[in-house]
Amino acid sequence: MKITRRGFIQATGAATAAGLIGTPYLALAGSKKVVVVGGGTGGATAAKYIKMADPSIDVTIVEANKHYYTCYMSNEVLSGARSIDSIRFGYTGLAAHGVNVINDTVTSIDAGKRVVKTAGGQSLSYDRCVVAPGIDFKFDGIEGYDAKVANDIPHAWKAGQQTMTLRNQLKAMKDGGTVCICPPPNPFRCPPGPYERASQIAMYLKAKKPRSKIIILDPKPKFSKMGLFTQGWERLYGYGSDNSMIEWNGTPKGSDDNVLQSVDAATKTATTGFSEVKADVLNVIPAQKAGKIAFAAGLVNDKGWCPVDLKTFESTIHPGIHVIGDASVATGMPKSGYAANSQAKVTAAAVVSLLNGHEVGTPSYVNTCYSIVGHDYGISVAAVYRLNESGSKITSVSGGLTPSDANDETLKREASYAYSWFTNITTDIFG
Amino acid sequence: MQFKVLATSALVATMIAGCASQEKPDDMAAQKAPEPAPAKAVPAKPKLQMGASDSMLANTCAGCHGTNGNSHGPSAPTIAGLEEDYLLETMQAYKSGKRSGTIMGRIAKGYTDGELEQIANFYSKQAFQGWTQAAVGPEAKQGQMLHEDFCEKCHEDGGTSIEDVPLAGQWMPYVEWTTADYLNGLNHPEKDMKKAMDKLAKAHPELSNATVAHSLSHFYGSRSADGYKRVPGRLK
Repeated sequence: MKITRRGFIQATGAATAAGLIGTPYLALAGSKKVVVVGGGTGGATAAKYIKMADPSIDVTIVEANKHYYTCYMSNEVLSGARSIDSIRFGYTGLAAHGVNVINDTVTSIDAGKRVVKTAGGQSLSYDRCVVAPGIDFKFDGIEGYDAKVANDIPHAWKAGQQTMTLRNQLKAMKDGGTVCICPPPNPFRCPPGPYERASQIAMYLKAKKPRSKIIILDPKPKFSKMGLFTQGWERLYGYGSDNSMIEWNGTPKGSDDNVLQSVDAATKTATTGFSEVKADVLNVIPAQKAGKIAFAAGLVNDKGWCPVDLKTFESTIHPGIHVIGDASVATGMPKSGYAANSQAKVTAAAVVSLLNGHEVGTPSYVNTCYSIVGHDYGISVAAVYRLNESGSKITSVSGGLTPSDANDETLKREASYAYSWFTNITTDIFG
Repeated sequence: MQFKVLATSALVATMIAGCASQEKPDDMAAQKAPEPAPAKAVPAKPKLQMGASDSMLANTCAGCHGTNGNSHGPSAPTIAGLEEDYLLETMQAYKSGKRSGTIMGRIAKGYTDGELEQIANFYSKQAFQGWTQAAVGPEAKQGQMLHEDFCEKCHEDGGTSIEDVPLAGQWMPYVEWTTADYLNGLNHPEKDMKKAMDKLAKAHPELSNATVAHSLSHFYGSRSADGYKRVPGRLK
């Protein structure tokens, strides 16, 4: 019997990545290569969990930034409750798990040839690709606001530099000043985020600049955990009284009352369908869409998000590519960090099964969104999910909100558990 | 019981409306009951894909309880290495409301009893890592005295025994809150726990429940134990 080099390698099981260098023909036989595009919450979790489940899979992650700043808990950096360092994470943990970490920007994904190309000139072939690009912003909906203006009028909806810019602006603001927050329309990253932001800024202002005000101009008629937030604002920040620190202006369905239309960067004036607010600190959070590479790779639908098979997160447009996290259309789950981490684990298990020729198992998903309303005051919304029979929707099996009659002790514990969640999920991802 | 189901569904509906921004909440409100409307309409349960593996289910817990159940604190408990029956009973107690929690009641209801068995089995096979969180000061010394008189019988070797529920090295706020909840009647302890708690309360009327819980948590948080892995802790 003629023993080919392919047959020999398979027989001895010596199909390590190192052994395959310079032997492209052999690489095709039993090759298990995964390239992960994006080293944020979703991407990093996927890379690590694939490696943990099957160390024989070659996993490479490509991330443009040297560090990742978590959006979650970044609102506490705005209030001064925590440092920017505490939300910064590096990639040594992933590397220690055997993931190849490449600091570069992905410029194209060829679904046919199964090759990822980078700005730095690398060509990375894959058997399965996981794309977790996060979000990008729809700047064209707001006159006078774009990526350049955002350097001075930050959205701070990708944590890091802009978080510090916004923090410094708040610190420099005089007592009695006006902070204006313009949350985005649905769907967007982190539904409770803008309202936790208002809470944290209110907490800071109450202590340091108590004559100041926060005005929210919201294009939506209501928001996530609205009852719990407004209850907290009533208790802590005078909401509903003449002396309320926070003023929330919503928009009824069909109107454009508080839909942001234009920004005058020089005067920090926000103009909506109904009014004009001249702010001392202006925080515009524009409407969103999937991250840039999702568009370049042809993974998006006409709404700008990536449709996927909800069992495996494989793109329904390009087979072999999985899209997870904020960028995906994960019908039934919110666009949150915990959801991205959960989807990443489901995807990791699916990818490992697919690469090993096994049947993909039943998924299980979870999400908890914690918000810190004030000192010792945490609220949450949580859900445990399963996929419905037809596979069309990720269905909540149980869950719910912090009860509206929760006592002070419960709210204190929720805040502490929120911090535990932060410590544990970031260790789960980057540790 | 039916009202409770409706209330939960309503809460879930509110949550979905608020958080899963792809949903159209108006659709849920727009559904009209046929005339004459039934007194209590229970929504039909959706058919779901079941049969997830142990690790798939258990990995949903890691976000709060740490990878493979080893929590890095400050308060969410480590569930790695807990005895299988204990973990199952605890999750069932959260599910039924017998045990007081902030979020665990909502979470526990998301798993069938069979799935909870799978999760408990998974975590029972992990290794419990304790954390030293407190110094051996007067609070810990008082806690030690209480432990030796009332808790050692079941929580052997100063609470380090893995065969019982390991208390030494567990996150202190969680130990303090749970102990306080037991003493304050918010949890429904099993027989032996209740006996020990009652004995303690009777023997020490001069100590408030808060003080007892505080002292015990300091003792368990200060223990340096032989027999299982400890890592130097950090407060907060």
